[in-house]
Amino acid sequence: MTTDTTPTPKDLVQREYEAGFVTDIDSVTLPPGLSESIVRRISAINSEPDWLTEWRLDAFRRWSAMKEPRWAHVKFPPIDYQAISYFSAPKGDKPKSLDEVDPELLRTYEKLGIPLHEQKALAGVEEDPEQSPVAVDAVFDSVSITTTFKGTLREHGVVFCSISEAVRTHPELVKKYMGSVVPKSDNFYAALNSAVFSDGTFVYVPEGVRCPMELLTYFRINAANTGQFERTLIIADKGSYVSYLEGCTAPMRDENQLHAAVVELIALDDAKIKYSTVQNWYPGDESGEGGIYNFVTKRGSCRGARSHISWTQVETGSAITWKYPSVLLRGDGSKGEFYSVALTNNFQQADTGTKMTHIGRNTTSTIVSKGISAGQSSNAYRGLVRMNPGAKNARNHTQCDSLLIGSKCAAHTFPYIESRRQDAVVEHEATTTKVSDDQLFLCRQRGIAPEKAVSMIVNGFCREVFRELPMEFAVEASKLLEVSLEGAVG
Amino acid sequence: MSLLDISRLVVSVDDKEILKGLDLQVNPGEVHAIMGPNGSGKSTLTNALAGRDGYTIKHGQALFDSTDLTELEPEERSHAGLFLAFQYPVEIPGVTNMEFLKTSVDSHREIKGLQELTAVEFMRNLRNLAKRLELNPDFLKRGVNESFSGGEKKRNEILQMLCLNPRLALLDETDSGLDIDALQIVAKGINEFRTSTNAVVLVTHYQRLLNYITPDFVHVLIEGRIAKSGDATLALELETKGYGWLNGS
Ligand SMILES: Nc1ncnc2c1ncn2[C@@H]1O[C@H](COP(=O)(O)OP(=O)(O)O)[C@@H](O)[C@H]1O
Ligand SMILES: [Mg+2]
Repeated sequence: MTTDTTPTPKDLVQREYEAGFVTDIDSVTLPPGLSESIVRRISAINSEPDWLTEWRLDAFRRWSAMKEPRWAHVKFPPIDYQAISYFSAPKGDKPKSLDEVDPELLRTYEKLGIPLHEQKALAGVEEDPEQSPVAVDAVFDSVSITTTFKGTLREHGVVFCSISEAVRTHPELVKKYMGSVVPKSDNFYAALNSAVFSDGTFVYVPEGVRCPMELLTYFRINAANTGQFERTLIIADKGSYVSYLEGCTAPMRDENQLHAAVVELIALDDAKIKYSTVQNWYPGDESGEGGIYNFVTKRGSCRGARSHISWTQVETGSAITWKYPSVLLRGDGSKGEFYSVALTNNFQQADTGTKMTHIGRNTTSTIVSKGISAGQSSNAYRGLVRMNPGAKNARNHTQCDSLLIGSKCAAHTFPYIESRRQDAVVEHEATTTKVSDDQLFLCRQRGIAPEKAVSMIVNGFCREVFRELPMEFAVEASKLLEVSLEGAVG
Repeated sequence: MSLLDISRLVVSVDDKEILKGLDLQVNPGEVHAIMGPNGSGKSTLTNALAGRDGYTIKHGQALFDSTDLTELEPEERSHAGLFLAFQYPVEIPGVTNMEFLKTSVDSHREIKGLQELTAVEFMRNLRNLAKRLELNPDFLKRGVNESFSGGEKKRNEILQMLCLNPRLALLDETDSGLDIDALQIVAKGINEFRTSTNAVVLVTHYQRLLNYITPDFVHVLIEGRIAKSGDATLALELETKGYGWLNGS
C-alpha cells in the first residue's frame, strides 16, 4: 500500500487550445515567395501611393542583404522564406459596414469572444456599468475586417483605423512617424515586415485628449502557409493618454507559421501610452509539432518631456517567441515600464525581455519580468539597460523572477547593463523558485485540486504584472494561464 | 463507530520505518492529545493521514469514517472532512489569504454540489472569523503566510480550520511559538469549534495548551508506538517526570 498518489501528467486533462479552429472562407492568397514583384503587388492591392511602394522596395533590398539573427536562446530549423505566402485576405471588397462583413467572419470573432457589434457591446454596458466599452480593430490574416466605435472616437478627435486606411486619410502622419522608431533595417524581421507588411492598426490621439475607451486590435491568422506581418503605429500627442490592447490567436496547424510584426509607439510631451498584449498564438502540440513563430519588434519612443510608455505583456502562446518591447527615453523626465509574464509549456521556447535606453535627463525605467517554465520548455529573459552619456540622474529598477514547474524545463536570464554615467542608479534583483511540493500539498490538503493549485500559485507569482492590465484582460490572462498549464503537474 | 480508526499502522519515510505499529481510535466529540519527544513520529502520523507524498503506509490501516484513507487523494481526504494544521505552514507568495481560502471553500462546496459563494457572502463570514481570532482585516489581503510572524502563521491555520469546519482536525504543534495571549486566542478558537460530531487531535509538546483545552485522552508516542495512554492527568505527570520513564520497547 502506498499514499503516493500524485497524478501523472497523462491522468490530467491535456491542454486544449480553444482558439484552434479554422474558418472556412474564400481567400485571395498570393503565391508563396518573396521578390520585388510580390512587394509591388502587395502595394498595388492596397492602392498605395508611390512613396510607400518605394519605401517597401527599399526595405526589401535591405532585407535581401541581411541574415537571420541566431543569438537568441531558441532553436528552430531554417525558415524557407520563399515557401511562405505574404498576403492573404478574405475575397471581395473591403466591407464598408458591419452588415457587409461575411457572416462566417463575424461568427469567428464571436467564437473568440471579441465584440464586433457596437450595439451588443453597448448592451453589455447597461448590464454592467463597471465595464467600459472597448473599440475593436479586427485583423483577419492580412487585412483589417472592421473597426468599431469609429464615430464616438472621431468626436474626441481620436483616429483609430487600419494602417492602410491611415495611409489614405492621414498620409502626413504616417509618412512622418512610420519607421521613425523602428528603422527599416533595424533587424532582419523588421526589414521583412517593412517590405511586406499588410495591415495593422493606426492610432492618433490629439493634444490634450484622454482617449475615452480602451482600443483593442485582435489579430487572427487563418490561412495556411501564410505569414502575418502587421504594423502598428500609435502616436500620442502632447498631454494625451491612450490605453491600447492587442490580442491574437491562430488555428492549430501542423506546420509552423511565421508572425513578424512591427509596433511603433510615439509619446510627445506629457503623453502616456499604455500598451497591453495578451498573446495566445497557437503554441504547437504536446510533441512540439506546429505552432507560430512569433518574431516581433516592438519599440516605443518617449520623445517628449515627461512622457510615459508602459508595456505589459502576457505571453502564453507561440512555438517560439522572440520579442523585446523596448523604450527609448529621449525626453527629460520620461518614464519607461515593462511588465511581462511569459509562460512556456511542452516544447515552447521563449526569448523575451526588454531594452531601456536612457538618453534624456532624469529618466526612469522599471522592469518586472516573470518567467514560468513547465514541461520541457525553455524560457529566457534578455534585458538591456543602457545609460547614455547625457542621461543625468537616470534610474532603473529591474526585477526578474523565474518559476519552474517540474524538473525538465529551463529558465535563463541575461541581464545586460551598459552605463556611461557615474550617477546612474541601476538595481537588479533576480530570483528562481519552484512550485514546491509543500505548497502543492498545502493546497490539496485544503481541498484544492492540483491543476487548480498550480494555476493559483502561478497567478500569485504574476500578480504584480496582472495588476497592470485592464480588468477584462486581467481576467482573460489568468484564465489563459490556467488553460496553458493543463497537463503541467506531475 | 469511530471517526478515525487506526490499527497497527506502519509508515516509512525514505524507506525508514518511522511508525512501527500504531493503534488509535477517535470518536466524534472527543479531544485527543498526542505528546512525545522530538522525532518520535508525531508529524509523520499527521502527514500520513493527510496523504503527503513520501509517507508510505507499509502495513496496517487507517479508516476515516469507515473509508480506507489510502483510497483517497489528499484533496479528497480534505473534502471528506479531514483537516491538518501544519507544524510549519508554507508561504504562497502573491496568493492572498482570502483568495486562497475562497478557492478552498469553493472546492469543498463544489464537491457537495453547492454553488460558489459570492465574494460578499464569503468575506462577511471570513471577517467575522478573523475577528474571533483577533486578526487584523489587512491580514486577509496579504499573501498566504507571506512574511507572517510565527504566531500569525499558527492563527492562520486555525482560521482555515474554522472556514472549512472539518469533522476531524489534526493540529500539529499549533501551540508552538505562541505567546500567552495568542495561545489563549487559539485555544478559544478550538474550543468554539468543538461539537459533539467533530473531533480534535492535538499534537503538542507542552502541557500549557491543555490548561485551556481539556483532552479526553492523552497518548505518549515514543519511537513510533504509543507507549502509554491515559486521561488529562497523564499530561501533568509528563510535565513533572518527562518522557524518560516510559519505554518505547
Ligand atoms: N521528510 C522526511 N524525510 C526524512 N526523514 C524524515 C522526514 N520527516 C520525518 N523524518 C524523520 O522521521 C522521524 C520522525 O519525525 P517527525 O514525525 O517529524 O517527529 P515529531 O513530529 O514527533 O518530532 C525523525 O527521525 C525524522 O528525522
Ligand atoms: Mg513534528
